[in-house]
Amino acid sequence: MPETLNLTCIVCPRGCRLTVVKDGDAVSVSGHACPRGEAYGRQEAVCPLRSLTTTVRADGGARPRLAVRSSADLPLSRLLDAMAALDGVVVRAPVRAGDVVARDILGLGVDMLATDNLEEARHE
Amino acid sequence: MSVGLQSMETDVVVLGAGPAGLAAAVSARSAGARVLLVEREDRVGGILKQCVHDGFGLEKFRERLTGPEYALREADAFRASGASLLTEAYVTSATRSGDSSFLLDCVSPRGVAQVRARALVMATGCRERTDRQVFIHGDRPAGIFTAGLAQYMVNVQGLLPGRRAVILGSGDIGLIMARRLTLEGVKVEGVYEIKSEPSGLARNVRQCLEDFGIPLYLSTTVTSVRGRRRVEGVTVAAVDGRSRPIPGTERELACDTLILSVGLIPENELAVSLGVPLDGATRGPRVDQNMHTLADGVFACGNAVHVNDLADYVSESGRVAGGAAAAWALGGPQARDLTPLRAGPGFLYAVPQFVDVLSGERGSVFFRSNATVAAGARVSLGAMKDDDRRELAAKTYPVLRPPELERLVLPPELPSGADSYILDMERMDGGGNDA
Repeated sequence: MPETLNLTCIVCPRGCRLTVVKDGDAVSVSGHACPRGEAYGRQEAVCPLRSLTTTVRADGGARPRLAVRSSADLPLSRLLDAMAALDGVVVRAPVRAGDVVARDILGLGVDMLATDNLEEARHE
Repeated sequence: MSVGLQSMETDVVVLGAGPAGLAAAVSARSAGARVLLVEREDRVGGILKQCVHDGFGLEKFRERLTGPEYALREADAFRASGASLLTEAYVTSATRSGDSSFLLDCVSPRGVAQVRARALVMATGCRERTDRQVFIHGDRPAGIFTAGLAQYMVNVQGLLPGRRAVILGSGDIGLIMARRLTLEGVKVEGVYEIKSEPSGLARNVRQCLEDFGIPLYLSTTVTSVRGRRRVEGVTVAAVDGRSRPIPGTERELACDTLILSVGLIPENELAVSLGVPLDGATRGPRVDQNMHTLADGVFACGNAVHVNDLADYVSESGRVAGGAAAAWALGGPQARDLTPLRAGPGFLYAVPQFVDVLSGERGSVFFRSNATVAAGARVSLGAMKDDDRRELAAKTYPVLRPPELERLVLPPELPSGADSYILDMERMDGGGNDA
């Protein structure tokens, strides 16, 4: 019995309305305007993946939080688990954008990377 | 520290170091002008610094960047340009001095400086509408935040605004904050939108609400806030076609936080003080294709002109404004021949509102439809001469939605002698526009 999903593509701001038909192992996508949209539709039918962007605690920096992102997309169903795993992470300033702040989150092979620079706090 | 009156002279002063101002400064500098960028915060990047989510830069960099990453790239380009920067500084007044320069009073921890400049670029961004600008009855306890303030608290200060939140308005920042608060463990009861369609981008409804099972209630608004010291709950009600609450549909929701994402208004206090006329629809200055306002020598870009949905477009308008401001400052005042560009029926607005036919720069027309056109539409620009319409450019759009800014690229040569230019919409389903 084919299963039909109606999705909004999130790859770019265009927001194409996709129709994904899943029939056993066969997945077909329509409504996309580019190959990235088709790939997104296929992936949604199997296991939705999302990037994770958040902040972690920072000590000794000019600001108390550091913005971070996942180095690759994570399963949508694991985002809240990943947030919990990041609760205890504390970075020490200085940090440069691109620095790894946490390795291999939840054993998924994805690191968390700084997305901003954080200078040391100035003591006057 | 000694605090005294200093004086400075430069060619172009850019106000605001968000993506619009950074791009304007880089572009003006690379055109050979001396540039001073004035920023009220202690670091450049503007609101991008607190937008830790990704999705920026797909047009400009062909990459999915977070806000801080986009800001860092623009900041690097700015540093490399050799333009000057004044941080923690605020221009309190601007006046014209003769025909070809401006005098600015600029206050910073280093004192008061009087800056003389030949051209100004307003890159002052926009401000959020607050609870005082929407109609909500009841109390005003602690716990009511604009979405951008909540974003600053969570992402920059590391503070949670509350534990149980209701979001009024479905603008993009509200949708982004629904997800952000959920990730941080706040229970988001739902997003309530007075209009019959979401105000934010469709992809944000998907990835910020549907991904997390956060309900979106359309044609519904918050009518009243309850609470003594802190918000204890709100009343929501369905609204009719004229946005009036329908009696009998009220529901009480328990929450300690109300987040408002109810619109953004271009910030133009200083521009208005210089006599820059604003557009009633965009609430920003009316500009020509060079982002030149109707006040000679005053340019504007980014969200100060109209609220953009992509930082990429903001950067682009900054680049145009900066280059044109440098040309004006270095070449001296030049004659302008402004022909109005009007949006026909079916549009919320179109920018630019004028075309300077004496100028070489052509650029694009950016526009929003005033209602969703699901069947798609052909949008064309015509030159009007007497009652004749000559088509100059056209593009077919598969769908038009008010939250999504669209672009029509202008042809390299525009005929002179037109009375006006007009942007028209032809719906693919043949329907008229009833809005």
